[in-house]
Amino acid sequence: MGSIIDITKEKNAVQTKARWKHKLKVWWNRYGIGYSFLAPYLILFALFYIIPVIVVIGISLTNYNIIQNPKWLGIANYRLLFTDDDVFLISLRNTAVFSLISGPFGYIMSFMAAWVINQLKFRKGFALAFYAPSITSSIAMSVVWMWFFASDRYGMINNILINFGIIHEPVLWNLNPNTILPVVIFISIWMSMGTGFLVFLAGFQNISKELYEAAAIDGIKSKFQELWLITMPLMKPQLLLGAINSIVNSLSVFDVAKTVGGMPSPNYAAHTIVAHLYDYAFIRFQMGYASAVAVVLFLITFILGRICMKVFSSKDIY
Amino acid sequence: MKKALKRRNLGKVFIYIAMFGLVAFTALPLIYVVSTAFKPMDELFVYPPKFFVRKPTLQNFSELLIALSGSIVPFTRYVFNSIFTVSLTVIITVIIASQGAFALVKYKLPGRDWIFSMILAALMFSPHVTQIPNYMVVSSLGMINTYWALIIPKLAAAFNFFLMKQFIEQYPDELLESGRMDGAKEWTLFWKIVMPSLMPAWSTLIVFTFISNWNDSFSPLIFINSEAMKTLPLALNTISGGGSVARAGAVSAAVFIITIPTIIIFTLMQSKVMETMVHSGIKA
Repeated sequence: MGSIIDITKEKNAVQTKARWKHKLKVWWNRYGIGYSFLAPYLILFALFYIIPVIVVIGISLTNYNIIQNPKWLGIANYRLLFTDDDVFLISLRNTAVFSLISGPFGYIMSFMAAWVINQLKFRKGFALAFYAPSITSSIAMSVVWMWFFASDRYGMINNILINFGIIHEPVLWNLNPNTILPVVIFISIWMSMGTGFLVFLAGFQNISKELYEAAAIDGIKSKFQELWLITMPLMKPQLLLGAINSIVNSLSVFDVAKTVGGMPSPNYAAHTIVAHLYDYAFIRFQMGYASAVAVVLFLITFILGRICMKVFSSKDIY
Repeated sequence: MKKALKRRNLGKVFIYIAMFGLVAFTALPLIYVVSTAFKPMDELFVYPPKFFVRKPTLQNFSELLIALSGSIVPFTRYVFNSIFTVSLTVIITVIIASQGAFALVKYKLPGRDWIFSMILAALMFSPHVTQIPNYMVVSSLGMINTYWALIIPKLAAAFNFFLMKQFIEQYPDELLESGRMDGAKEWTLFWKIVMPSLMPAWSTLIVFTFISNWNDSFSPLIFINSEAMKTLPLALNTISGGGSVARAGAVSAAVFIITIPTIIIFTLMQSKVMETMVHSGIKA
């Protein structure tokens, strides 16, 4: 009895093996070339984008300094971060203040500007002039803005304010803890107004004129009504990409803050989450602790991104 | 009727004035960059400060080249580092993102929805999050202080793939079929038929990849510690020498050289970029 079962089992096994081989061959003939086209991108993407997210979560639960093997700590890094590290809490607050002002402001400005510029003559020229700041080097342009905000009388802004009698002494823009963050926000707004701009402008151009004509017949009166009822719902995919870009950009503020305030900045007035991450990871080489900072940054951006996906979901219109 | 028309024109005038004001705000610092780069030394330090240059000169640029030629790393070396790493990144990323997105869309690969949702997710976090593991990979491959450290981690940028995929979805299958009928191999099909018609999309990738890598200062900050391997944004710190006044002319010339290329490349490709960005929304 047993031997018969064994034989059928073996037979089955051989058959399945052959079947599998055959299936694999068919599959390879069909998709092999496709996967080999995709492979270079996919391998690099996995290696530098996906696996690192998993690894960074792992490291954040350890004490790791690159030289010695990581030591398991559990959530101790996080506890330290939120209960004992005042500088981190300052960086969290600075980043929040920065993002809450520059993010929405830049986003709304670039949307409104795209809306208006789309209806103007010389559209290309306006678009270029409005978009140009966002493609400049943030380090180079922070240097330029610091010429304007220079702390002596040679600074153009101090000069103008003194001439108009608004102030009597030059303001120490990048040395006074009270003015550093506002200056960083101001420069970043100048640089970030263009972030979603191209996406929005392209979106506006893509909406057909007939739709507006039909809407006019249906009794839409003002331009704003048209914007709110017709354009906005159709623009959801663009609004979503713009929102995600603006969240990621504003929460990872570092270059401008470092160039304006220095590192460390007076009273940590320009200390941001990424500055804290950089400090612990690449100056002190406390990779475990720095990874916990990275995970916090990851969670904040990712959750906000998910919320945006819900808000700007375009399932209902497609 | 006439009154309404008049009010409308007035509104238009107001909008143009407001837009000119806004555009002045965005453009003036850039005009100042150009103007300052050509200022002679005495105009840089005149009081009260002047916005426009009076007697333009190339003095600052020659100072940038000559003054720094005495130091360990001449300015031309930074320029070479930037151009070399950025060009290589642009070329490779355009190729792998184009062929990858093409394969994902047109071969209907199993698992493509899953792969694409990962790429969408990667749009949603800052590149700083992955820097620590990336540093570990780069250093274990012995690539610290090499050009590869500035190139390889940047190649699989999620936005490039995303944009290419959106664009390729508009590409008609019939063109592929007729190519196959003529007996073309998939590889030739891709390079001879598909790539030429994706020109607006990969022009756009060239523009965006050039801009983001040309301006990037975070990767060189962590992967590069030898002065000779630094790219332009970091070199600016070295040139300004911690804000010493003597270098003001050289700094203004360097700022000009760092700022202008991205604006030129965008201006040249603007219409291609707009054509591609039409497909850039995320339908969630």
